[in-house]
Amino acid sequence: MTQTNRIDAGGRVDRSQTLEFTFNGQSYKGLKGDTLASALLANGVDIVNRSFKYSRARGIVAAGAEEPNAVVQLGAREETQVPNVRATQQALYKGLVARSTNGWPNVQRDVMSWVGRLGGGFMPPGFYYKTFMAPASMWMTYEKYIRKGAGLGRAPHESDPDIYDHMHHHCDVMVVGAGPAGLAAALSAARAGARVILCDEQEEMGGSLLDSRETLDGVSAVRWVEETVKELASLENVLLLPRTTANGYHDHNFVTLHERRTEHLADTASEAGLAGQARARLHRVRAGQVVLASGTHERPLVYANNDLPGNMLAGAVSTYIRRYAVVPGKKLVLSTSNDHAYRAALDWKEAGRQVVAIVDARANPDGDLVRQARDSGIRVITGSSVVEARGGQRVTGARVCAIDLERFVVTGKVEELECDTIASSGGYSPVVHLSSHTGTRPQWNEELLGFLPGEVKGMISAGGVAGHFGLDETLADGERAGRQAAQLTGFEDAQAITLPATRGLRDGKACALYQVPHEKTALRAPKQFVDLQNDVTAAGIELATREGFESIEHVKRYTALGFGTDQGKLGNINGMAIAARCLDRSIPDVGTTVFRPNYTPITFGAIVGRHCDELFDPKRYTALHQWHMENGAEFEDVGQWKRPWYFPRTVNGKKETMHEAVARECLAVREKVGILDASTLGKIDIQGPDAREFLGRVYTNKWAQLAPGRVRYGLMCKDDGMLMDDGTTSCLADNHFLMTTTTGGAAGVLEWLELWHQTEWPELQVYFNSVTDHWATMTVTGPDARKLLSELTDLDLDKESFKFMDWRDATVAEVPARIFRISFTGELAFEINVQANYALHVWKKLFEHGEKYDLTPYGTETMHVLRAEKGLIIVGQDTDGSVTPEDLGMQWAIGYDKPFPWIGKRALSRPDTLRGNRKQFVGLKPKDSSVVLEEGAQIVFDKEQSIPMAMKGHVTSSYYSPSLGHGFALAVVVEGRERMGQTVYLPMTDGTMHEAEIVSPVFIDPKGERQNV
Amino acid sequence: MFYIHCPYCQEYREEEEFHPRGEAHLMRPKDPDNTTDEEWGDYLFFRKNPRGVHHEMWVHSVGCRKFFNITRNTVTYEILETYRMGEQPSITAETEKVRKEQGVQTADGGWQTIGAQPESKALNEETSS
Amino acid sequence: MSNVSAKQFDTVPAGNPAVESPLCWSYQQQKTANSANAGVVLREKALLGHVVLRGGAIVLDEAVRQVLGISLPAKPNTVERDEAGERSIQWISPDEWLVIVPGGEECALERSLRETLGDAHVSIVNVSGGQTVLTLAGDNAREVLMKTVSFDVHPHAFPVGKGVTTIFAKATVVLRRTSETEWELVVRRSFADYCYRWLLDASAEYGIDTQ
Repeated sequence: MTQTNRIDAGGRVDRSQTLEFTFNGQSYKGLKGDTLASALLANGVDIVNRSFKYSRARGIVAAGAEEPNAVVQLGAREETQVPNVRATQQALYKGLVARSTNGWPNVQRDVMSWVGRLGGGFMPPGFYYKTFMAPASMWMTYEKYIRKGAGLGRAPHESDPDIYDHMHHHCDVMVVGAGPAGLAAALSAARAGARVILCDEQEEMGGSLLDSRETLDGVSAVRWVEETVKELASLENVLLLPRTTANGYHDHNFVTLHERRTEHLADTASEAGLAGQARARLHRVRAGQVVLASGTHERPLVYANNDLPGNMLAGAVSTYIRRYAVVPGKKLVLSTSNDHAYRAALDWKEAGRQVVAIVDARANPDGDLVRQARDSGIRVITGSSVVEARGGQRVTGARVCAIDLERFVVTGKVEELECDTIASSGGYSPVVHLSSHTGTRPQWNEELLGFLPGEVKGMISAGGVAGHFGLDETLADGERAGRQAAQLTGFEDAQAITLPATRGLRDGKACALYQVPHEKTALRAPKQFVDLQNDVTAAGIELATREGFESIEHVKRYTALGFGTDQGKLGNINGMAIAARCLDRSIPDVGTTVFRPNYTPITFGAIVGRHCDELFDPKRYTALHQWHMENGAEFEDVGQWKRPWYFPRTVNGKKETMHEAVARECLAVREKVGILDASTLGKIDIQGPDAREFLGRVYTNKWAQLAPGRVRYGLMCKDDGMLMDDGTTSCLADNHFLMTTTTGGAAGVLEWLELWHQTEWPELQVYFNSVTDHWATMTVTGPDARKLLSELTDLDLDKESFKFMDWRDATVAEVPARIFRISFTGELAFEINVQANYALHVWKKLFEHGEKYDLTPYGTETMHVLRAEKGLIIVGQDTDGSVTPEDLGMQWAIGYDKPFPWIGKRALSRPDTLRGNRKQFVGLKPKDSSVVLEEGAQIVFDKEQSIPMAMKGHVTSSYYSPSLGHGFALAVVVEGRERMGQTVYLPMTDGTMHEAEIVSPVFIDPKGERQNV
Repeated sequence: MFYIHCPYCQEYREEEEFHPRGEAHLMRPKDPDNTTDEEWGDYLFFRKNPRGVHHEMWVHSVGCRKFFNITRNTVTYEILETYRMGEQPSITAETEKVRKEQGVQTADGGWQTIGAQPESKALNEETSS
Repeated sequence: MSNVSAKQFDTVPAGNPAVESPLCWSYQQQKTANSANAGVVLREKALLGHVVLRGGAIVLDEAVRQVLGISLPAKPNTVERDEAGERSIQWISPDEWLVIVPGGEECALERSLRETLGDAHVSIVNVSGGQTVLTLAGDNAREVLMKTVSFDVHPHAFPVGKGVTTIFAKATVVLRRTSETEWELVVRRSFADYCYRWLLDASAEYGIDTQ
């Protein structure tokens, strides 16, 4: 194929660089500087897609972000697939491969279009919901085929080879859009010394100036753009971000920008020769002031068959001709309500192609461009509009008729003009999307026939988006906005800068025209499309209002107007205008729907940044992690920590299962000696004269008598009386304590202590500091623990001088250590704390000396079994925020007679905590000794009861005990402690029913003799 | 993403450094043992949920670890002031009304249908209550 | 020790047992990088003494002047250093300061401070095993920080002598600017590997030198 629509001169394309690309399997050639859309138009490709619902042939309509049809699937290989790319925003590169997202087997001959054509008249809004809802159970089946038929792109099935990242920015002035207003604003603010970020979503900065017929200071406007960009780039306080879309505007002037860094060059960064560079970058900008210079989107007119390929926006036609040197047809009819659109006809004619006529809805258009058109001999038909496009795969003619705007009827005889392109313009809608993201309301301006951005604190709108459409006005407004923004961010001396002079073309007044009347009613006329991407027609909106949908939000949801990736860029105002007419209300009365981030689609890669794979979430390691790795540990995630779960051994060439390893580790602790890395436990250093008083207030039990050298277990409740954490606290000195918390509770408990100190009891003299990471903790436990440790410590471990629940300073393997005689296994145990930098040394020494005792490392699973055998709870596993210390049977740890009303005390006498039928903590012994109950299994008392059975409790922990030789469980059961010896039942989902006896939760050594030796 | 002025660090920090901790100025009854079940229940469970000016407690958890209060408009999300623990707000629902009447402009939002004034006008006027 | 109500603990062993900084394991896991013309230079200042002071500013100021010869920074988010730049005190909160001294000095420092402070209500906590210092330098150090922390690291907002506690990717960091070209990052031991990997990854496009 040749570039039949390319003109020989002009444009901002590089004719020396031809780029080959593939669209829908066909090879084409374009030029460097093209977008995919301009290259397709240059090659005369009319049909780029099939529509979403009716499968109608669709061509390129626009030249920017507002393009509804040319939404393509990009990528040569599976792993480089990118869905929902707008061809109008995708720079052409060598070897680009793109496909239409809709259409099977291809867009030229689409099977679904017959469904659309046959069923078109019978597919009103809500069609799918109305048609496929019966029987409801079949919806899932229907949906699969409907979605396949519709298809809006697909995600790749393979991992993205590219990388993405984020960058945080702070600036004084964030300028969104680098058209005339944005450039003037950036220049003005930058010269004043403000930190400026200027972003623009297009390949080149300049916006409308890149295809303007205007001159600045007597030379082409592009020259001024180039000089301005050059100056801005040279300034140290300016960051220029081309190819960067401001996609979201959030609270407190936080703007998210999506920068496309390599996708204009190749499929992947490495193919672009930029291996290691991020393909896209999400900039998170906190701005002092935001200058919104997002410009306008032209509104198409809504006439019959306005979706046929060959129907385009007038401004897009100008853009393709002037910027890309592409004339997208041979014979043009322009239908307009305003002067500005006349540029399309003038540009078309200057490109050497035929302008059949300009059809102007106004009776007496009189602006400068109108005069120029007339002077150049173009036929101007006034008081009329194109009411219908003719054609099959492309426009072949335009039906033109006089219209009465007041009465919304056609008045004269229809004239049919032969043409292949119809450009239309119904005026210009300020791009208020970003301002709407903040929650502010756009304000209707009757003079401008559009919504203007509402007031946003910290935002100044400038240029087109602020309703300034003439170039000199736009430049001046931008300059003012930039200067004002600089002044508001502390650059009070900002001076006005000199702006280039325009020719000062005068525009005549536009008229309000949205939907064009037709000889037939909207329901009977050929389809008049409002939202091309979502296939919403004027008739659909009319029907929705007739069916009783009066709120524009309901109309939107019923018809899909402005849904999805389109976000109402082209269709919203027209849709609202039609709804307003049907409801006989004004446009501001009907209102507009809410625009939401993101403004245009953004890849998940950019959202994720480098928070993926290894860096998805922090992995926290203890000082002993290296040893665990070298010794074959399997790891368990406990919060962000990686903890050894169990240490499988290889016996006779076979690696132990978890069950085998845990059984071995459990027996080793009960019979010999084991060692656990307990470094992850939270540790809080508490100092101050009121430390003891404070402990008494936050723990349920008593602390007044705890002497230096002693340790106590404590329960911590919230003020609702429910257990929140537990752990041991040691008295280091009279005013100095070391608190331990659960691994997961460490940060929360520290914040909890600070909360009460800072907000309730600031008079207490006490400070808290986390020392979790400072200490490494090793638990040596089992009957041989004393023998082993005594080989390495200078401390006398004699049971009389170093009692259970004592702690002492000592050295272990020559390293200063604190040794705590506390036990979470029920065996003789020593918890050794050493400064973490020496942990590996001490741990290795323990193993050197432990070999003869068969010292066995064990992980969290064995720890869980051992503590459960002793009936020791784990907060968060055996409790769930609805369990009191009373429920747990831990009355011994509740100091009801303490003088201060400690946290949780009062709530323990509320009716809810006193009621008799609370669930209580018990043990369960399955009747079948081979059964290990499922954790979470529900407990019932009456197995004969029909479903729904009365659930009386549930299993909180359950394991196989190698020491006992059977499974056992911990559970909470209604009035459990009064039901000792009773049988309960556990119905399982597979229909089986387990039986278990309620027993004491302490399965091993109820008197605690083993830990006390 | 809020931008929050920490009254202790005396500078603005990103929201991700902070945790919200619910309604500010909650008073724990001084004598819980002689508090009725109803009063204790109110203290534990009942919170204000105003449309408009609200006083909230936040903590600068990744920072100075200090708790402080924020006066925030729950409609516009504007933070009207931050102040230290133990201090009283200078802006309340009542004073905020005055601010509005004097013409201080803030972004307004929160409505599904923006621009649709008539049916929501009455509701909008209650904003500061 | 005059302050009998708090218990000092000497973590510095008398002998010479093996000692490992928080990044030891990471260095072994992740091959150290050493690109020519690296835009980022990353180092660990391992095994320094880290001590957290809490208490009233006036009483602590007097004590640290006497013991360390540095005044307590009163202005939020600032760092005071001795002339050699080896000892520093950073404002963390209105009643909290982080003191970093050469490794081995921390226990003597704690002892001297306790003696000087007498019965004043303060808290002195040795956290040397729980954190480590990384330094980041090079032409692209600031860009790497911009990818990593949301706090403004522009020279206008972050002059030399400033220090803040803030978010580091999904972890936390105490970030200090020591000179026009160098930053210090105080990271927690258990997060050190994550921070190290993150910095390697974020610096890759500029080239990084870790040894």
